[in-house]
Amino acid sequence: MIATLLRIAWTNLRRDRVAQALTFVLPIIFFSIFASVFGNQGGNSTARIRIAIVDEDSSELSRRIADGLQKETALRVRRTSDAEGTGTPLDRAAAERLVRDGDVPVAIVLPRGLGHAAMTFGSADGVASPRIQLLADVSDRIAPQMVFGLLQKVAMTSAPDLIMQSGLSQFERYAGKMTPQQKSAVKAWLPRLKPGGADAVQAKDSAGGVLGIGIDTVDVMRQGRTESLISFYAAGVGVMFLLFSVSGASGTLLDEVDSGTLDRMLSTRVGMTGLLTGKWIFLALMGTAQLTLMFLWGRIAFGLDLFHHLPGFFVMTVVTAAAAAGFGLVLATLARTRAQLSGMSTIIILIMSSLGGSMFPRFLMSESMQRLGLVTFNAWALDGYLKVFWRDAPVWQLWPQLLVLMTLTAIFLTLARTFARRWEVT
Amino acid sequence: MDVLTVDGARKRFGDVVALDGATLALREGELLALLGPNGAGKTTLIRAIAGRVRLDGGEIRLFGKPLDGHRTPPELGIVPQELAVYPLLTARENLEAFGRLQGLSRHDLAGQVKWALEVTALGDRADEPVKGFSGGMKRRLNIACGVLHRPRIVLLDEPTVGVDPQSRERIYDMLVALTSAGVSLLLTTHHLEEAEARCSRTVIIDHGRVIAAGTLPELVDRTVGRHRVVTVRTNAPVDTPPPGAEILADDPRLLRARVSNVARDLPLLLGALVAQGCEVEDVEVRGPSLQSVFIHLTGRELRE
Repeated sequence: MIATLLRIAWTNLRRDRVAQALTFVLPIIFFSIFASVFGNQGGNSTARIRIAIVDEDSSELSRRIADGLQKETALRVRRTSDAEGTGTPLDRAAAERLVRDGDVPVAIVLPRGLGHAAMTFGSADGVASPRIQLLADVSDRIAPQMVFGLLQKVAMTSAPDLIMQSGLSQFERYAGKMTPQQKSAVKAWLPRLKPGGADAVQAKDSAGGVLGIGIDTVDVMRQGRTESLISFYAAGVGVMFLLFSVSGASGTLLDEVDSGTLDRMLSTRVGMTGLLTGKWIFLALMGTAQLTLMFLWGRIAFGLDLFHHLPGFFVMTVVTAAAAAGFGLVLATLARTRAQLSGMSTIIILIMSSLGGSMFPRFLMSESMQRLGLVTFNAWALDGYLKVFWRDAPVWQLWPQLLVLMTLTAIFLTLARTFARRWEVT
Repeated sequence: MDVLTVDGARKRFGDVVALDGATLALREGELLALLGPNGAGKTTLIRAIAGRVRLDGGEIRLFGKPLDGHRTPPELGIVPQELAVYPLLTARENLEAFGRLQGLSRHDLAGQVKWALEVTALGDRADEPVKGFSGGMKRRLNIACGVLHRPRIVLLDEPTVGVDPQSRERIYDMLVALTSAGVSLLLTTHHLEEAEARCSRTVIIDHGRVIAAGTLPELVDRTVGRHRVVTVRTNAPVDTPPPGAEILADDPRLLRARVSNVARDLPLLLGALVAQGCEVEDVEVRGPSLQSVFIHLTGRELRE
């Protein structure tokens, strides 16, 4: 009896390609995506953190720190106004703009007087020591901390000889002159501390400040506001579930095919184009309501700053919902049955959501994966929402995202209309 | 007057010939039955008339004008075999929705919905969701949604399938009311006795061709003839059947004879049996039916 039941179940599975794909193919696809993102695959394409460096000090120390950071394989350093490295050196304002625009997650500002302060161990003349500043977009929670750690390491390893020199100067200032023998010993030993020297010794990482100079992390996006990353999660989860809900709701088209209601509709004056238009408008309105509800809940429960971003939110939500509605119609007109629609949409939406940043931020992915993510609907929608809520971008700056989403809408609707011809006439 | 004519309709789906030169005419105000075994081409023909199947050859004319494009003309009403109504909407909401989609004005719509609820006897359930309706109620609503815009021709695909005799009666009452108003109806059905009793003419289609068309007497004359079949049951096996009669193989007490004049031939048959010492227990006289005509024309072979 059990054998008979097993045989029935096996035969059903063998003949149901969607079930096979969900059971065997989808896990492999997901495994591959996660392995590509987190598994250091792809050699050089592994994620490197892009940073900008502003050297306001132009001292020996600041130059060594900048050079040391440049040599770090985990970092991609930009020091000039153009990405190719041929423009003028970056200033603080330009670096902050790069962070705000999302070009780099972190910029390091080596302030004027850094070298001098380091030489005097931060106690010169009773003047407050300048502090290195990390201008960061804290929506990326990993990069600022990694850069912070690397900065500490580089500062300690790039200038031990300078530290020793300044330490000895301070010693002589307060404890008296060294003897000729002591000076001779220091002279012989000091080159060994210089990085790259023949007998260089490696300094250990320090958990403390750099050369007695502190590091401040400045959130250039929030600037003191305490709001968390709710907008990011609201957008990510919202867009993913928007896709699920519109693809499910667009399945009413298949129900209408099965029940004969579609045939009846097509015998009225509405026609297929009118029918699809009506369904698209409904799905877009439903999606708009769904996203609005999600963000409103974010406002009520998590303090999301919705009301200061209403224009951008409204534009992004309407355009995102319209594109998602078109996407749902494509799936519904492509599928032959409800079951097929359900399986197909699950696979496609989960893949798009993982690649497009709904499940984990795209800035954690390698650059190649980030580029690949741009083929997904989610990536453009999320980028738009982040611009609105995180970067405080005005509506006009959303044009790349809006253009892509509206183009996708047109493509989706054209495809859906083409696929729907099979129901019109045979 | 012919309101709808199909002339030499041809349609092939891959290797399957669905229509192979089908020809028929629907007259004004008549209820025409389109009969045929499964796969004979009935649904393809109905869908072609509705503009949903593009013919490979032949022509369909509506009120003398060739059908063009794939839009269903407004003069046509379609009643599909499926229950093409929204189950979560009430009867009134379904009627209003399809009425609006058919272009009825607000004033006209209110009047037509009222009429439809009366004719379908759904007035007292008008504001209940359709999902709770019986099969017969859904069928009646299904028809009403297709005729709400006052079409002059209505195509009905198996409008009485799966409903009880009472609902069937009500449905045919609705159809007769429509024909009385001058509407022409073309319906497909597998209920031959209904077609025989209710339809003015019959068209029989098989293998994509119309193989017979006419009133029942015309079809009978052309096929099985007007003789009656008499079946007699006796109390004991009959040794020698009377002239013109035969003993049925599965029961030697049953005889069957074909008689052209019941009043003249039946007494002779019964007398011959009595003369043999048999006692007659039962007599059945059956006239020619649409069933016999249908089987005569399409055979007894199963169609899948």
